[in-house]
Amino acid sequence: MQMLAEVDTPVENEEKAIISARDVSVFYGDKQALNKVSLEIPVNKITSLIGPSGCGKSTFLRCLNRMNDTVEGCRVEGKILLDGADIYDAKVDEVLLRARVGMVFQKPNPFPKSIYDNVAYGPRIHGLAHNKDELDDIVLTSLEKAGLLKEVRDRLNSTGTGLSGGQQQRLCIARALAVQPDIILMDEPCSALDPIATAKVEELIEELRENYTIIIVTHSMQQAARISQKTAFFHLGEIVEVGDTEQLFTSPKDERTQGYITGRFG
Amino acid sequence: MSFSPLILILLAMCAFGYWYGTKKALVLSESRTVRVFSSRPHQYGMYVVVWGAVPPVILLVLWFVLSITPFGASETFTNLIHTILFPVAILLTGVIGVYFSLRSIDPELRVRKTLEGVVSGVLILASTISVFTTIGIVFSLLFETVQFFEKVPLSEFFLGLEWSPQTALRADQVGSSGAFGAIPLFAGTMLITLIAMIVAVPLGLMSAIYMTEYAGNKFRATVKPILEILAGIPTVVYGFFAALTVGVFFRDVGSVIGLDVVSESALAAGVVMGMMIIPFISSLSDDIIMAVPQSLRDGSYGLGATRSETVVKVILPAALPGIVGAILLAVSRAIGETMIVVMAAGFAANLTANPLEAVTTVTVQIVGLLVGDQEFDSAKTLAAFALAMVLFIITLILNVIALVVVRKYREKYD
Ligand SMILES: Nc1ncnc2c1ncn2[C@@H]1O[C@H](COP(=O)(O)OP(=O)(O)OP(=O)(O)O)[C@@H](O)[C@H]1O
Ligand SMILES: [Mg+2]
Repeated sequence: MQMLAEVDTPVENEEKAIISARDVSVFYGDKQALNKVSLEIPVNKITSLIGPSGCGKSTFLRCLNRMNDTVEGCRVEGKILLDGADIYDAKVDEVLLRARVGMVFQKPNPFPKSIYDNVAYGPRIHGLAHNKDELDDIVLTSLEKAGLLKEVRDRLNSTGTGLSGGQQQRLCIARALAVQPDIILMDEPCSALDPIATAKVEELIEELRENYTIIIVTHSMQQAARISQKTAFFHLGEIVEVGDTEQLFTSPKDERTQGYITGRFG
Repeated sequence: MSFSPLILILLAMCAFGYWYGTKKALVLSESRTVRVFSSRPHQYGMYVVVWGAVPPVILLVLWFVLSITPFGASETFTNLIHTILFPVAILLTGVIGVYFSLRSIDPELRVRKTLEGVVSGVLILASTISVFTTIGIVFSLLFETVQFFEKVPLSEFFLGLEWSPQTALRADQVGSSGAFGAIPLFAGTMLITLIAMIVAVPLGLMSAIYMTEYAGNKFRATVKPILEILAGIPTVVYGFFAALTVGVFFRDVGSVIGLDVVSESALAAGVVMGMMIIPFISSLSDDIIMAVPQSLRDGSYGLGATRSETVVKVILPAALPGIVGAILLAVSRAIGETMIVVMAAGFAANLTANPLEAVTTVTVQIVGLLVGDQEFDSAKTLAAFALAMVLFIITLILNVIALVVVRKYREKYD
């Protein structure tokens, strides 16, 4: 809870990093998936991670809220600082960390519960609401923020798995928002969606930027260019190039980046 | 002529047919003009064997059936059939089959298709045999059951509270007209099953949860086989474990704390039966929990839930239908279990809900009714069939429900 309180301080410095990864290496058993990756994530901006398949984007993303802890045999080296404190420190409670750093997955994964219960899941676990009214309030505002409320207002008690793919993904975003995170990690959130649903989710992500820091993995160069302010290009477990999205897409410095964004490989 | 020399002759013919057919096909294939020979040489050999073996075997079966079911023909005619007609016909079909199939070998002959047909025929035969066996069992149960209910009214069997199947052997014996109220037996079965489930469901389920959600791969790889060994112990071993160890232990503990526990208590039988069922429940639920998609776990952990919160709030609800199915299957196993209760629960048909007393179960009584000398059509013997029939229907219903539930659940995540 204490961690949640810390963030309310407004940020003056545009370039202030909320997360900074320093020399992060990740191993799955003996296999190295990331090699000394360093990246600064600016607050209240959208950072996109791009790169060919298997280059370690998901792995890096999952380090940021310690989801890799749930993978057997996964080992993380280096430092990841969240507001200056190492999240891999022994004192850090990964459960509270994940409440602060939410996650949305590639495939919409609503629980087989009602829409209401899906969104209420996090607040209930963390005891964010003291009574039914407060909980209702959290659920409704989260759905509202995720742009889903209009569509589901009269069927909050029907099951979440009965929604369309795009609605399910927005439900998952609402579910993440309900825990009141500061940072939201998104791993290819639109790859299972059709273009219209994708447009809706993209619009939503851009709106969320005002209040949240967003890190998004995407395979769509257009998507990265459209919504993100900062882009990092991963290749074979390393970051090859990182910079302002516009600069990276118009005048990439590294020829591997150039090759990737012009579609010559990957 | 009897069966065995005939069979030997047929075997020899088939062996010759295989060898010669293969050889002939080999010769043909060496001088072939087309690139693809329609079948491999040994397949031609098999083709000859099929023609040389299948028709005689069908005749053999027919002969066998005829020789055990007398039909009203005169004795000389029957003799004629058995000594001449069948042996000759069988040998003849065999020879004809081998001869003509050998002659027909030719690169154009589509032997593989024929063989495929034979294979599927054999498979169909195997599955129909098991289906017909089941039907046969059900019918034999049904006939005896009907006979039983001609002697004992339905109402007595289903509503009677007293079970003492000793009927009089001589008409002048007193006090042994027999009572066939099955309620104490079903009550006893239910009591023991309940105890078994109280032991097995929590333990089995929790061990499955531990194995799937908590244990590391190494632990899982070593402990899971050990659990499966439990499932391989013959139930008679559980039976004397129950009778000699657990029963006595409960009695001793009871006498220390001032409870009167008989050594053949429902408790002992139920607890040991529960132990027998633990691996059954745990391995079924293990599979079911594993089938819950990883993405649901990720979703829950990603929201900051702990392991146990994830298990209780996401995984168990998602797996619940499957687990219910597994439990129903386990119940039907417990109801049908015989050996443990024969050895540990005894024969006294008490109508009681007290687990510290001795009760008896349906299966135990079936064993009791059929052991020893009895006329086959006495009410006592027939009662066994009636009990078995009811038991069969109950477990059938449980299994059907369980399978439907499990299948529904499977569809959801496929
Ligand atoms: N659980 C795991 N166990 C072992 N190796 C893994 C595991 N997860 C990922 N890897 C390996 O780590 C490397 C990086 O994988 P990662 O999933 O991060 O790639 P990615 O950039 O997200 O690819 P994609 O774009 O296809 O999602 C790959 O070589 C992959 O095989
Ligand atoms: Mg990925």
